[in-house]
Amino acid sequence: MQQNKPVTLRILDGVSILLIGITVYLALFVAPTEVTMGAVQRVFYIHVSTAWVGMLGFIAAVIPSILYLRTKDMKWDRIEVAAIEISSVFFFLAIVLGSIWARPAWNAWWKWEARLTTAAIAELLYFAYFMLRAGIDNPERRARFGAVYALIASVSIPITFMSIRWVDRTLHPVVFGVSKATSEIEMAMTFDMVKILLFAIFAFSIVFIDLFWNRIRLGDLQEKVEQLKMKVTM
Amino acid sequence: MITVKKLVKRFGLKTVLRGVDFEVQPGEFVALLGPNGAGKTTFLRILATLSRPSLGEVNIAGYKLPHEAAQIRARLGVVSHLPLLYGDLSAEENLRFYARMYGISNYELRITEILEMVGLETRRRDLVRAFSRGMQQRLAIGRAVLHDPDVMLFDEPYTGLDQDASSMLDDVLKTVAAEGRTVVMTSHDLARAENLATRFDILSRGIIAASATRKQMKKSNLLTFYKQALAG
Amino acid sequence: MTVKINKLDRRRKTADRASPLSLRERARVREGSFTKAVSAIVWKDLRAEFRSYELISSMLVFSLLVILIFNFALELDIKTRQSVTAGVLWATFAFAGTLGLNRSMAIEKDRGCLDGLLLAPVDRSAIYFGKFISNLVFMLIVEAIVLPVYSVLYNTNLFQPGLLMVILLGSIGYTAVGTLLAAMSVQTRTRDVLLPILLLPVVLPLIIAAVQASNTILAGNEFSEITSWFNLLIAYDIILTAVAFMLFDYILED
Repeated sequence: MQQNKPVTLRILDGVSILLIGITVYLALFVAPTEVTMGAVQRVFYIHVSTAWVGMLGFIAAVIPSILYLRTKDMKWDRIEVAAIEISSVFFFLAIVLGSIWARPAWNAWWKWEARLTTAAIAELLYFAYFMLRAGIDNPERRARFGAVYALIASVSIPITFMSIRWVDRTLHPVVFGVSKATSEIEMAMTFDMVKILLFAIFAFSIVFIDLFWNRIRLGDLQEKVEQLKMKVTM
Repeated sequence: MITVKKLVKRFGLKTVLRGVDFEVQPGEFVALLGPNGAGKTTFLRILATLSRPSLGEVNIAGYKLPHEAAQIRARLGVVSHLPLLYGDLSAEENLRFYARMYGISNYELRITEILEMVGLETRRRDLVRAFSRGMQQRLAIGRAVLHDPDVMLFDEPYTGLDQDASSMLDDVLKTVAAEGRTVVMTSHDLARAENLATRFDILSRGIIAASATRKQMKKSNLLTFYKQALAG
Repeated sequence: MTVKINKLDRRRKTADRASPLSLRERARVREGSFTKAVSAIVWKDLRAEFRSYELISSMLVFSLLVILIFNFALELDIKTRQSVTAGVLWATFAFAGTLGLNRSMAIEKDRGCLDGLLLAPVDRSAIYFGKFISNLVFMLIVEAIVLPVYSVLYNTNLFQPGLLMVILLGSIGYTAVGTLLAAMSVQTRTRDVLLPILLLPVVLPLIIAAVQASNTILAGNEFSEITSWFNLLIAYDIILTAVAFMLFDYILED
């Protein structure tokens, strides 16, 4: 691993910033105004994108957990932590943006529906994850327990999501196509809107890769610093 | 019986054992001595299969760590400074539990045997909670010998014992060792070790700094040997 | 005071002890009797508990206190109370359960008994199943006492087979995950505090399914409505028990 940022990463940083800029521009200025909800609907593009990145992070944490337990190579632990950190930040953003969107639409900051609630529960699981790690001094045990909990959590979350969904009639709008009478929001999406949404998701996927790579590098560098510290104090 | 080659143990970035070479012949009684923090307990835990080596080879009774750990455990008896006994169970219930865990069949007779050996037969129904430290330690040794292990590991067994209890422990240890078992014992107490062991190894700064059998030591005494090893 | 140390009759020669086990003996050792170990652990836990009643009494008192608090906190009329019975019960069990799980593992950790278990020549999963079963038994005992108490206090009949089934399934899943997480949390600095934080978010689907199913049963509705919740409970139990059991080994090595 290089001391200085590799060129590819620098380029990726630039591209990511650019893509975020374009997405915001498209969402705010280019996208047609939605019929029922009005201007606030524009938040939706970023909201979905951040939720998407949260999901990516969550899924990206599963494989390193398994690999760490198998190989005991600490690099998998660093990758796992990076994925979970990113997921926790982006889910948080998604929740906040979701609330901003919900207020005018549902007249409430929060509704106990499946997607929002599951994102909130995911945040609680991440919090528990970091608390677990914080309570362990031995780095090897910390990595092991972290991986175990990450796996338990990743099995439980999909089941949680399904169960809440079964309970509720979902308040989340049916995105593509005309909504049914049972959901409380109607949002009709035109083809243009779909295009912009897909672009937003693509853009944020690139952002995810960029952040992920950066965060892993950060973890590697931290590890290197620790090693150097040990050498100096011996 | 025990062969250790270049054993390294790291905890995160801290290296506690730096390439230990250690060999024990069947029937030997090795006293492993050394200052606090030398890594004696870590080393013993690895031999006891409770901890995995970071690097290096460990062979016990012909089996390799870490893959064949289960086979080793069946032939290993461990006494640490914690009693490993359940306070809410009686002495015989504790032994019964361990007998079943070790898959010993027809254990009642064996349990009585052990209780007699450690002098706790009259207290067999009493809860371990009520035992003194010395009694607990004797019962702990009984537990360790229950399955007739070939190798015994003792980690600071004299900790917290008064004079009486210590001499009782001496007797028990001598009996246990006399039955042809291979013993490794760590201790701070040079006098006791001198009394019991056939060989003395000094662990210092993560490696075996010196090793001498009882015969070799006849010329100097243990304390001098110990100090020399640490200084060097 | 001298103690008479008796020499054992059996003495194996040093040479005997030095040779590796024969093939047949090897097979015997490897078996180590899994079921014997599991039953030994369960028996040990039950025996110890029925001397001190430490776990059961603390879980029980805590449960009753929680119900008491809910009673005053919610101040319900009879009709509304019926709709929250399931919720109150499950909240109670979820919180009280953490006490039992914590204590059960702490007992092992305290006198180094965990090492004692690890030294035995049996598969690590025997420890998991042993603790799992004894934890489950304690939880069921507490629930078996809380149910009639609640029934009497609120004049409702809680002894319906469907409800008992739900409670059983829910407890199984809860204990399956709880045993694993308790084994982890007892090895950290933050210990007792950590277990509820780790356990409760993971166990949510169980609580959701259990409450939904319990509500339907207590309201006397059609059984067909509950099949999906039962399926969820069973699926959760199977999946999480399997995952917990597979991961348990990783928590005990050093």
